[in-house]
Amino acid sequence: MDLFLNAIVSGLLLGGFYAAVSLGLSISFGQLDIVNIAHPAFVITGSYVTYMVNRALGLDPVLIGLVFSPLFFVVGAAVYYVYYVSFEKTGQEALSGLVFFFGLMFIIEISLIMVYGVDYRLVAAPYIGVTWRLGAVDLPLRMFVPFVTALIMTLAIHLFLARTFAGRAVLAVAQDRLALRLMGADPVKVKQLAFGLSIATAAVAGSLLIIIGPVEPSVDRLYIGRVFAIVVLGGMGSIGGTLVAALILGVAETFVATFYGPSWAPAVSFGILLVTLAVRPQGIFGRY
Amino acid sequence: MRSLVFWSVSALIFALGLVATKLLANEFFFFAGYAILQATIMAVAWNILGGFTGYVNFGSAGFFAVGVYTSVALNKAFDPPLIVMLLAAALIGGLIGLATGYLTLRLRGVYFAIATLAMAIVLETVANNWAYVGGATGAYILTPKTVLFFDDYIEFLFALMLLLSLGAVAIARQLQLSRIGQGLSAIRDDEIAAECMGVPTLRLKLVSTTIMGALMALAGVPYPFFVTYVDPLSAFDLTIAVNAIAMPMIGGTALWFGPVVGALLLGSVQQIVTVTVSSAVNVLIVGVLLVIFIVVAPQGIVGLIRDQWRKRRAHG
Repeated sequence: MDLFLNAIVSGLLLGGFYAAVSLGLSISFGQLDIVNIAHPAFVITGSYVTYMVNRALGLDPVLIGLVFSPLFFVVGAAVYYVYYVSFEKTGQEALSGLVFFFGLMFIIEISLIMVYGVDYRLVAAPYIGVTWRLGAVDLPLRMFVPFVTALIMTLAIHLFLARTFAGRAVLAVAQDRLALRLMGADPVKVKQLAFGLSIATAAVAGSLLIIIGPVEPSVDRLYIGRVFAIVVLGGMGSIGGTLVAALILGVAETFVATFYGPSWAPAVSFGILLVTLAVRPQGIFGRY
Repeated sequence: MRSLVFWSVSALIFALGLVATKLLANEFFFFAGYAILQATIMAVAWNILGGFTGYVNFGSAGFFAVGVYTSVALNKAFDPPLIVMLLAAALIGGLIGLATGYLTLRLRGVYFAIATLAMAIVLETVANNWAYVGGATGAYILTPKTVLFFDDYIEFLFALMLLLSLGAVAIARQLQLSRIGQGLSAIRDDEIAAECMGVPTLRLKLVSTTIMGALMALAGVPYPFFVTYVDPLSAFDLTIAVNAIAMPMIGGTALWFGPVVGALLLGSVQQIVTVTVSSAVNVLIVGVLLVIFIVVAPQGIVGLIRDQWRKRRAHG
């Protein structure tokens, strides 16, 4: 029973963190229809930035992620511009755009390997290693801090999209690009903003990733399956759906890891993804 | 007439390959040649779906590993002749291709792309947990010293790979020239229009996914004998998947010989860079070239040359 309860709690904590990693993809893939396979690679880049600054200055990892998110925003906006000029403008995003991001992921990963090698890197923070005990339930802070940060970030993104003018423009571009243009707004500018935002979340998610555990450059491959499973299961672009789907995946993975062994955990997300695609491609919260 | 030329050239290339095994003494050429030919099969197979229909397969390494592990498992179970392993791998690879396609090809193309990635990781997890074929620690394979009339086993593997790649190229060419090929390019240009015109799009896509899966699995069968030690990390190497995409994209996807051009060029460059610089740089080069070509020249080398040729003919 204790094992069961602990599995649920650590699954939920893990799921919250997964939501942070998936948020960006939920915006780019779900809202903008840009299949950014390289999203986990940007997250890993965030982890390495956090690692470098943390080692040099000893700042708090989450703070580093937040400080660097504007820089990631600019990088994201630039990547979208290249993507737009090369593929969207000419209507080639289906095949070439996909391969473009695949190549980008590969370049990021290999560059990180060449600079940092394949050793695992980790950060230092006072709360890493501390565990609160609430009755029978363990609450390790290195999971709890990312969980809380992820929830705040999810809420912030949700409020931005639902309440602000720019956020509503992003939702509008997802629904009807032509109508947005008729209203006098530039869909390219709006998408650039939204894609920049999606990469900005990767900076924070990366800092959370390296708090949870040590990171090496090819970790991003495991996250490709997770983030796409979450975004598809969550109903493509629904922020609330992304959170729920992330929690479901976190709990499912933890259960499989606890009761069958951790080496089976990577297959869970892909299994969920394949089943979702086969049975209910619109996801649990899909509108269509 | 053109078919006659094609088959004669193929036969000539195979004959030259056999002669080379007798004349060349340096084994390095056969190791390098094997690697390039393996990449050629993967590129040609990828292009049958990716280039002809426009559906991207990111899980090439998964199909390749199906061949690798079929070969390891059968070799361990009752050491059958190579031809049995080839047939078994083609069958299993084809079935996995068919199943993945059946589950996702009715959806938008991007779902198929992600599902192939998913399929590769699920298979890798299975291989990691399958103790019989070595699990995560890997398995050693014993190779016979000599076989048939070859002096060395690597020469035999080279000749086998040459035969397999010529076969793969012939299949891709036949597909493109046949009615199926016309249907496939109709799918690439406008799938909905093709469906409306009565092209059986789903069936054609399934045919090409099956052939692609079978060919990629075939490419993996000799691999355990080539490296003599197999673990999931090497069998599911992402480089295999990236090469399978990069080579057709750089060579040109629209025509059957585009991936061959890309594989021979890029494969040779990779062999040289791996020897002279390092394998990490080599992989980085592939990634950078892929992105550059995709952005600047999406029609690939063959497409560029064809455009030039057409322009010149229009002016002259």
